[in-house]
Amino acid sequence: MGRAINRLPSRRSKILLGAMPFILVIAAYAIASDARHAVDAGDKLMPGLDAFRAAMSRLIFDIDRMTGQRLFWADTWASLGRLGIGLGISAVVGLVVGIFVGFIPYLRATFEPFFAALSLVPPLAVLPILFIIFGLGELSKAVLIVFGIAPFIIRDVMLRVAEIPREQIVKAQTLGASTWQMILGVVLPQVLPRLVSSVRLSLGAAWLFVIAAEAITAEAGLGYRIFLVRRYLAMDVILPYVVWITFLAFAMDYALRLIYDAIPWTRFREGG
Amino acid sequence: MAVIRFDHVTKTYGDTVVLENINLTIDDNEFLAVVGPSGAGKTTFLRMLLSQEAPTSGQILIDDVPIADEPMPDRGIVFQRYSVFPHRTVLRNVMMGPEWLAAPVTGRLFGAKRTELRDRAQAMLDRVGLGGHAQLYPAQLSGGQQQRLAIAQALMTHPKVLLLDEPFGALDPGTRKEMHKLVLELWSEHQMTIVMVTHDLSEAFHLGTRVIAVDKHRHDPHAPHRYGSVITSDFEAKPRLARALQRAERAAG
Repeated sequence: MGRAINRLPSRRSKILLGAMPFILVIAAYAIASDARHAVDAGDKLMPGLDAFRAAMSRLIFDIDRMTGQRLFWADTWASLGRLGIGLGISAVVGLVVGIFVGFIPYLRATFEPFFAALSLVPPLAVLPILFIIFGLGELSKAVLIVFGIAPFIIRDVMLRVAEIPREQIVKAQTLGASTWQMILGVVLPQVLPRLVSSVRLSLGAAWLFVIAAEAITAEAGLGYRIFLVRRYLAMDVILPYVVWITFLAFAMDYALRLIYDAIPWTRFREGG
Repeated sequence: MAVIRFDHVTKTYGDTVVLENINLTIDDNEFLAVVGPSGAGKTTFLRMLLSQEAPTSGQILIDDVPIADEPMPDRGIVFQRYSVFPHRTVLRNVMMGPEWLAAPVTGRLFGAKRTELRDRAQAMLDRVGLGGHAQLYPAQLSGGQQQRLAIAQALMTHPKVLLLDEPFGALDPGTRKEMHKLVLELWSEHQMTIVMVTHDLSEAFHLGTRVIAVDKHRHDPHAPHRYGSVITSDFEAKPRLARALQRAERAAG
């Protein structure tokens, strides 16, 4: 058992090992923060835990005089709303377009090169165009997310459609299925699990686009808040917000995994 | 009634001739086994009969009517693999054909019609020995059970012709023997014409009432693609005698 790949950690040591990097990072931060505060009590770059608690309780519990809302929750709902609308539209567009273009040869020949090119356009580069055409409101933010991730989902769905064995499609035809019936009864159910994974993989990009759009123009939102308080070096707000965004992303990822596992036929793989 | 006729059928891919001028009449209720070496065009033969591919020249007729140019319910198929739907339970798999034929938009039946179809599907599953597995998904079945399911699914729409593309090639010998028995029983119960492609000679002679071999009749070493396969041998097999005897007995008794 000399080789590193053959040494396996036990269940308990796996948990301990997994927790260690988190503990190390937090400890390193605490030590560095203390050291900086010992030199300069007014240090803003690495605030201590008390500063986080004070700043966050203000944002979470106190009503802001300007907007009449609790800012933390207003920001969270604004960003989640944008993300949800963008992801939802992208998923529906990706599913419908991906299935039709992937399954019908004439549509495929017409649109596949176009989508391949479209998915290579950097979305942030067209953000100014979106702002000019759709204004600075919610519409341009939703369009940015859709523009950023729908081409990826379309291509992924098309790939999954192409993976369905030809035998199944021929069999369906010998059972009397029309093109529409095959889309509804054979293609759609087998593509759905892949759509869920595809949306899951797009989460990171979707957050990127939400925060980028909010950084430029918004009245509320997690990304808006971070970029707003950046001017005051308010690390006591920025760091908790980053942790909160990370947690939200993790929770959404986990929820999508549960949805995937809830689709009965994903549990039984071919050859099982 | 299902008499299949190949009328001067040739299939080429570019320069390569695969099948050359096939003329063949397959009688009603025949069990035709097609054998031949790999690459001889057995599968192309079957695909043309299925309309998955079109002949380059010539035509295929069933009961003197040219077959449709795409797969249709008059010809059922069981492939070696992937011919059941992994996202539907065993029972729903068997119900799919009749549902598609009856409900063009939704592909689903409701109410009394659905109950009636479910009973018919369950009876079919009982017949092929999958009665107790109705609520499982195909991936939970063994290879032999999946092929039973594929056959049951194909029979639900009462095809005139059942095509089998090396259906037992991936099964172990014991399971294969059971499947042979089942197929012979279903063949005599449903009175249909079966065309089976296999590379197993003993299987061909055990099941078929007629066995044909396809192979290249000439070989040009400088241009191996120039000559396609033809029917090199054509046998009447023992099961045909057995069938004739059975019919005579039935007529007498």
